[in-house]
Amino acid sequence: MSGFDFDIAVVGAGPAGLAAAARAAAGGASVVLLDEQAEPGGQIYRAVTETPVRDRRILGPDYWHGAELLGPLRDSGAAHWPGSTVWSVARAREDAAGGRRRIQIGLSRDGSASLLTVRHVILATGALERPFPIPGWTLPGVLGAGAAQVLLKTSGLVPSGATVMAGSGPLLWLLAWQYLQAGARIDAILDTTPRENWRAALPLLPGFLRSPYLGKGMKLLLEVRRKATVIGNVTALRAEGDGVLRTVVYTRNGSEHRLPAETLLLHQGVLPNLNLANATGCAQRWDEVQRCWRPTTDDWGATSVEGVSLAGDGAGIGGARAAEEAGRLAALDALHRLGRLDRAGRDRAAEPVRAALDRALAGRAFLDTLYRPAEPFRVPADDTIVCRCEEITAGAVREAVRLGCSGPNQAKSFLRCGMGPCQGRLCGPTVTEVIAAERGVSPAEVGYYRLRPPVKPITLAELAALPKGEADLDAVLKH
Amino acid sequence: MFRRLPEIAAAGDAIGFTIDGRPASARAGDSVAAALLANGVTACRKTPVSGAARGPYCMMGVCFDCLVTIDGVGNRQGCQVRVADGMAVETQDGKREVEL
Amino acid sequence: MSETGTASGPSSSPSSGPGTAGFRPDVIVIGGGLHGCSAALHLSMRGVRVLVLEKDHVARHASGVNAGGVRQLGRHVAEVPLSVASMELWHRIGELVDDDCGFESHGQIKVAETEEELDGLQARVDELRALGFGHEETIGRDELRALVPAIADHCVGALVSRRDGAAIPFRTTFAFRRKAIALGARFQEGGAVTRLSRRGGLWTVETAEGGRFEAPVVVNCAGAWADRIAAQVGEPVPLEVIAPMLMITARVPPFIKPVVGAAGRTLSFKQFPNGTVLIGGGLLGRAERDENRTELDFSQVSVNARTVWDLFPIMRGATVVRSWAGIEARMPDQIPVIGPSGTEPDLFHAFGFSAHGFQLGPIVGRITADLITGGSTDLPIAPFRIGRFAA
Repeated sequence: MSGFDFDIAVVGAGPAGLAAAARAAAGGASVVLLDEQAEPGGQIYRAVTETPVRDRRILGPDYWHGAELLGPLRDSGAAHWPGSTVWSVARAREDAAGGRRRIQIGLSRDGSASLLTVRHVILATGALERPFPIPGWTLPGVLGAGAAQVLLKTSGLVPSGATVMAGSGPLLWLLAWQYLQAGARIDAILDTTPRENWRAALPLLPGFLRSPYLGKGMKLLLEVRRKATVIGNVTALRAEGDGVLRTVVYTRNGSEHRLPAETLLLHQGVLPNLNLANATGCAQRWDEVQRCWRPTTDDWGATSVEGVSLAGDGAGIGGARAAEEAGRLAALDALHRLGRLDRAGRDRAAEPVRAALDRALAGRAFLDTLYRPAEPFRVPADDTIVCRCEEITAGAVREAVRLGCSGPNQAKSFLRCGMGPCQGRLCGPTVTEVIAAERGVSPAEVGYYRLRPPVKPITLAELAALPKGEADLDAVLKH
Repeated sequence: MFRRLPEIAAAGDAIGFTIDGRPASARAGDSVAAALLANGVTACRKTPVSGAARGPYCMMGVCFDCLVTIDGVGNRQGCQVRVADGMAVETQDGKREVEL
Repeated sequence: MSETGTASGPSSSPSSGPGTAGFRPDVIVIGGGLHGCSAALHLSMRGVRVLVLEKDHVARHASGVNAGGVRQLGRHVAEVPLSVASMELWHRIGELVDDDCGFESHGQIKVAETEEELDGLQARVDELRALGFGHEETIGRDELRALVPAIADHCVGALVSRRDGAAIPFRTTFAFRRKAIALGARFQEGGAVTRLSRRGGLWTVETAEGGRFEAPVVVNCAGAWADRIAAQVGEPVPLEVIAPMLMITARVPPFIKPVVGAAGRTLSFKQFPNGTVLIGGGLLGRAERDENRTELDFSQVSVNARTVWDLFPIMRGATVVRSWAGIEARMPDQIPVIGPSGTEPDLFHAFGFSAHGFQLGPIVGRITADLITGGSTDLPIAPFRIGRFAA
């Protein structure tokens, strides 16, 4: 085994990746944990090793649980390569000789690119915030609530001027609660949760309240409602300003209201961060309940691509605790596939993990139903920018549909939406929904962007310096 | 605008860097994007498409709106690079962003 | 002519033009790439009723994702007459399809890095002159720098074709489709052709989606799948499925107008008006045509990046935001199959363009229309006959 050859690579050091790497290495495999951040934890446990926020009441006990995942990783002997951006996972060549079939991973570390070969990859790429396309969401001063939480965790930063939070979903309430604990300013919380969602979700409430992890969220929500100004039933939102946010305009019960604001924090749930899985060729499906695309996986997280599995929110939103267990399952299955664990051993070891996973997922249906974003915030009006990189509006996408564009990939060719550096992360879900609504069909029918590596931009210099075989060098010189 | 929580502000900033040549300070562990926000810089670039102002949006490396020039290298993701002593951070307008 | 002409198939995608139910085509074109759309357009211009069957959607493969080079430069001598004729159509493309297709003519250049390479390019110019073609010429150091100020210092000269240029592939193919539809052609997208048979002077074409279509004449423009169509009529061809790779950078300031290649290396380098730079030239990834999938080979992409590093030092700090590959057909002699079937009447082929068919799109559609409506064409297509592969 050379320094660039491992049995298993785990991509992402959030709960799923940390647990997967530790479990796989404990099972005797050589494991490398590749992560873009400088410190482990992913987004949910971001900066858990080094946050300046030492008052543990501010970030709350669920956050500090993340630290418990680090010891097992250290003890397992897995290599941890922080600061490593994975930009490509190439499946094994069908024609390679049996023993030499390897998956090739392209990564950048300290400004230089390299290719890693492994026998199995566990993608633990986590979640990202669902795009929240409203007029003015590109203005400086408008950030995701998740972004605000990263600022709090990594730097102890909170907004100082007039602050409005808007949207729906657990993370919005958690951030509000953390801000209240920290004494940060919240001028108003504009709740966009559609009224009818409550009716649909209520039958699922008992299951939710029985959940050991999620039930706490309800208490937290009630506390925020008691202490902060919460304005419910908000049906339209826009941000206004002259190069920087000045005013948040919202509609409630049919009338428009204006709030001066320096910071607007938007949130309407999270989605699987599927760019790498998609670019690797993993099949994906439309999840009607969570209203998102998710890679197709089996009980162990195995995808449609041999040697590639998924664990955690990247395979479908289940939350941090579920991600951790899913990471362990993917690791057990990888060990089995590599011949380090027989089937019975894998299944036996998985039993308690599956039980824990079920506990962690209890009550999820309530959250999915309650916080399903309202249509106007998923399928915005014509004047709203949907692709931030190329500044393409929803109206332009609709016009392309009228010209014969039937799905996101054609929209890309027509309009360049999704062709910018974010590679569709901030527009893909919206473009899918806008096209589906315009055509009057399900998002499942219109599909999603076919994403291609590099899934993160890489400099030409890095690419040029990649190691090349003799045959390749030959090609440099031959026509 | 963003401010530090009091317990952290009291500890002081240890890192000195510049924003468009002006001296600024930050805390070790801050990303460049966080350091910009902590210094009151909300907008860090203008887009090459329309020239519209943009600032950090996702803070986790997916939106590419916090692109800045760091020590002369353009188009770096401010939220993915840690601020360092003596670092020169420049905001990018549409044209400078594309300077090679 | 058609007995029933009744077509049945799945619901069409938006703006496929009128549905295909009850439509009685004179000609069925298999394949909705540029060549299929061009054949449909030229036939429709002559009042022929055309149905195009596309297994995915128009411009889904090579036609939609190629580098967009509109190049006479460096072509196989057999292709030169067609390429020159096609260039005339490109310079009036708006008249043909009511859209400029993003076509810009700033020339194409093939740089020489050594005097030896430059000599080779001059020999090429002399060869073309002898054949009566004057569109290629060599230029020296100074003119190369005037045309391409960013070229690396070591480059000594170049071959140039001044009327060449580039267009936007997806937009071009779509423009041909739109104009063909405006003139009466119909498109059926979704559903690969599974069976082709002929009885009583009528072709029956069946698709995977349960469609069944009939017409007196069939045109095979099925690109990387065209060998399967040919095999159905007993003329197998040695078609290789390839996946030429491309990559594109983030926007950089405009610094180059012509499309640049290299005499001694695989390269196609062009900057779009929006500032992004497209880098390709034909280095290959892997194609899985049954899955509509390509796999990139980054050690090959790296070779391409290295070439750009060497030839355009200004690009060294640029970022690559995306790479991809199209699925394309390559013939052993690197030139296409164009012309009538060798085994069946009323069947015509136009495929196997071997990664350089985009520029030929406008003229080959006209040639096919000539063959179908007039029985002959004024351009020399003998070198492209399908029978050349027979043992």
